[in-house]
Amino acid sequence: MERAGIPTALLCNLTSIAERVGAPRIVPTRGIPYPTGDPSLGAEKERAWRRRLVERGLEAVATAVHKPTLFPVDRETE
Amino acid sequence: MTTRVVHYINQFFAGLGGEDTATVPPASKAGAAGPGRKLAQLLGDDFEIVATVWCGDDHAAGPEVMDDLLALVRAAGPDVVVTGPAFTSGRYGLACARVAAAAAAEGIAAVACMHPDNPGIDEAGTAPVVASGEVARQMGPSLETLAAAVRKVAAGEPLGADDGRVGKIPRRNVTVDRTSAERAVALVLARLGGDREATEVPLPRFDQVTPAQPVTDVTTALVALVTEGALVPDANPDSLESARATRWLRYSLDGRDVLPAGEFRSVHGGFSTVWANEDPHRIVPLDAARQLEAEGAIGKLHGEYLVTAGNGTSVGNARRFGVEWAADLRRQGVQAALLTAT
Repeated sequence: MERAGIPTALLCNLTSIAERVGAPRIVPTRGIPYPTGDPSLGAEKERAWRRRLVERGLEAVATAVHKPTLFPVDRETE
Repeated sequence: MTTRVVHYINQFFAGLGGEDTATVPPASKAGAAGPGRKLAQLLGDDFEIVATVWCGDDHAAGPEVMDDLLALVRAAGPDVVVTGPAFTSGRYGLACARVAAAAAAEGIAAVACMHPDNPGIDEAGTAPVVASGEVARQMGPSLETLAAAVRKVAAGEPLGADDGRVGKIPRRNVTVDRTSAERAVALVLARLGGDREATEVPLPRFDQVTPAQPVTDVTTALVALVTEGALVPDANPDSLESARATRWLRYSLDGRDVLPAGEFRSVHGGFSTVWANEDPHRIVPLDAARQLEAEGAIGKLHGEYLVTAGNGTSVGNARRFGVEWAADLRRQGVQAALLTAT
């Protein structure tokens, strides 16, 4: 999708694999079965976490990159 | 008697333009065009390129275009159908492979030409694929390989690795001199001797991806949600596979602000779906995306999400899904995507 010109944020847990296969924009998440969630947080905090992940993904697609680049959610803003 | 050749190329090589014309519909003209002129020279007087058929890349990678393309090909009465060279261009490669496959399925001799990393390579059906270079700068040598292959295919001769054939080469039983144990030991010794390449089973290769340009302003952009997390309506109405997926699906998000538990579930076979089914937003973050859309942080959310199951999926199929998703989203004006992966 990136090659065809659509900047794509990949939200996933296995970031080492994502980097190895060359995904340019990667947002690290917390678990394989719940890329945009974290059941340990409780409903309200989990929604806030999901929102931060999506916001980070939006920042990633608006940022120029030249190689696989991680866009982690800033701990302070969790 | 001259052999009648029909040549398939994309809109770029037909001289119509680049990405700005990637949606032009199938069309054809008599005679050779673009790289077909050089191909005609290489083929010589025994061959004539009687027609050139083309289509925009975004259109050609989509559904239901193949009947139209094949009708144009058939109308020219070919003895041989030649497609490409497509180099590493994904949408073009898919179209080249599918046109060659469709011609071969009708009993017309056909050959496609593309780089071994092209995602179209597994789509050629029974038609052979010969290797091109990576980029159009290598047009010259690619056309020489292709012209030699066209001569053989027209004569009804099989193509092998010596002809530059790549992709699925039909397996033939042969008798070898050494047992598998002897060959395995020889490979280990070669490896210890510093040979990192020798193998009897080549692994899929991951090619380099050139990152797309960023969107200039997300607050006005059309953004799509896509996932390999196999989230589907609860009854899985289109029978998405839980592993080794061969296809992808789309489901409407129009008028939806949330994906309630019980209405959607993940059929992914590669992880426990308990958490996904408790709250489908853990796979497709529609709730958060809608909120950001309402606040103006996203221009607009695309009206549907695209989904497959990324579990033991072949590299070839995964590449094809990516190419098809990109073409589909581009046709609908989507400028960026969020892809959740498990």
